[in-house]
Amino acid sequence: MNSYVMKTSRWQGPRSLLPALDIELTERCQNNCCHCCINLPEDDPAITREMTALEIKRILQQAVDLGCLQVRLTGGEPLLRHDFEDIYHYARQLGLRVMLFTNARLITPSLADLFARVPPLLPIEVSVYGMTSATYDAVARIQGAFAEFWQGIESLLQRNVQFIVKWVDLPMNRFELETFQRWAATLPWADQPPGINRSLQLRSRRDAPDKDRLIQSLRSVQEKPLVNEDIRNFCRNFLGPPGVQLFTCGCGEKPCVDAYGRLQPCLDMRAPELSYDLRTRSLRDAMLRFFPALKSQTATDPHYLERCARCFLKSLCEQCPARSWSETGSLDTPVEHLCRITHEQARALGLLAEDERGWKIIDWRNRIDNIDSL
Amino acid sequence: MQPAKPDLLDTANVYLPSEDIVSREIEGELILIPIVAGIGDVDDDIFSFNDVARDIWRRFDGNRSLDDIIQELAEEYEAPIDRIKADVIGWTSELLRRKMLVQR
Repeated sequence: MNSYVMKTSRWQGPRSLLPALDIELTERCQNNCCHCCINLPEDDPAITREMTALEIKRILQQAVDLGCLQVRLTGGEPLLRHDFEDIYHYARQLGLRVMLFTNARLITPSLADLFARVPPLLPIEVSVYGMTSATYDAVARIQGAFAEFWQGIESLLQRNVQFIVKWVDLPMNRFELETFQRWAATLPWADQPPGINRSLQLRSRRDAPDKDRLIQSLRSVQEKPLVNEDIRNFCRNFLGPPGVQLFTCGCGEKPCVDAYGRLQPCLDMRAPELSYDLRTRSLRDAMLRFFPALKSQTATDPHYLERCARCFLKSLCEQCPARSWSETGSLDTPVEHLCRITHEQARALGLLAEDERGWKIIDWRNRIDNIDSL
Repeated sequence: MQPAKPDLLDTANVYLPSEDIVSREIEGELILIPIVAGIGDVDDDIFSFNDVARDIWRRFDGNRSLDDIIQELAEEYEAPIDRIKADVIGWTSELLRRKMLVQR
């Protein structure tokens, strides 16, 4: 490259008001995965409430006006929308990089041609549920799903369209994990090991207690917690009691528009009172006023105040308002299984003795300082 | 591929941005985002410009010739016209090689 221009695949320019936006094009999916937190049936009546292509385009334009460079199109299965190509084209014409989350079953040769001709500029992310028909179809609970998934993968590979793969670890597919990892390592763009999701979330909309029970039954028996230098460094840099502030995350810095035009603080947060109607109001207003106001909220649940707010392990814990809401219906109720996992991790790191609790430790700074010698 | 030789460019030509790219200004920084494949060396390339490149790029409006652009920049920068000409031709050649510019 000459001295006039810098080429970059990971441009890190000045931070805009909205660097990235997630849009759920639909909550419907043609898979019926047993572990999924968001899938509705393909023909669910919710389709009548989904945003139109025109509404989505209006939001994309607003995002670009705020300096957005990247949009994640997700679902449900975003490719179920008959107008997906129209929306995709529009996003790319606006100069957005597109991150597509898909199960790949609807990636036809024609669609793969489009991705080859008009690249998304970010790798497509494909979820994988099994490496054989028997296993994949059992997770997706759809006969023939694996064959379509594999055809989609072949279509991408044949056209050299960049994609990465992610695995959802479940009791019924765990025996194929190594096969998946070996295959993933052969993909042309595999510069790091594939993601493995072991953290199954309950239904995001708290809409199906029977499905929640199934998801809970699929959660992994915790394997021996990982202990390595990266985790130790994380502990040195980030552990400490969070205090009473409800949102210790970015809250709204990477927001998500749901399929019905409501803007959420993040992909996982579905509490209705924390969403913002983009069908009647603007993205700019949400970013400038609505989310900043949310950030100042404090926790009120007495158990949270007694435990999580004082727990020096909080940064190791996946509890957050979104997880609390999907698990308990409140934004700040402690999530017991996440608390248990975190304490197991802390014991493996030598930060806690067997009968200790993170919120009762007074000398937590010393423990972190001595993490190497513990 | 080597950049086009500067002496192959006719400075009377008028150029404008290709429809295969989008230029955007984010927080004061100009970036160029390919729409179609084959502009970057890999499919996730985007491009940001230095100040000189940005000043040249903004003048590719389909009306100004390279001669016009060189003249304007020489006045604006109060710099020798030969130096400005070398910059403009070098940069234009690079943009043409990458199909970011088209001739009107």
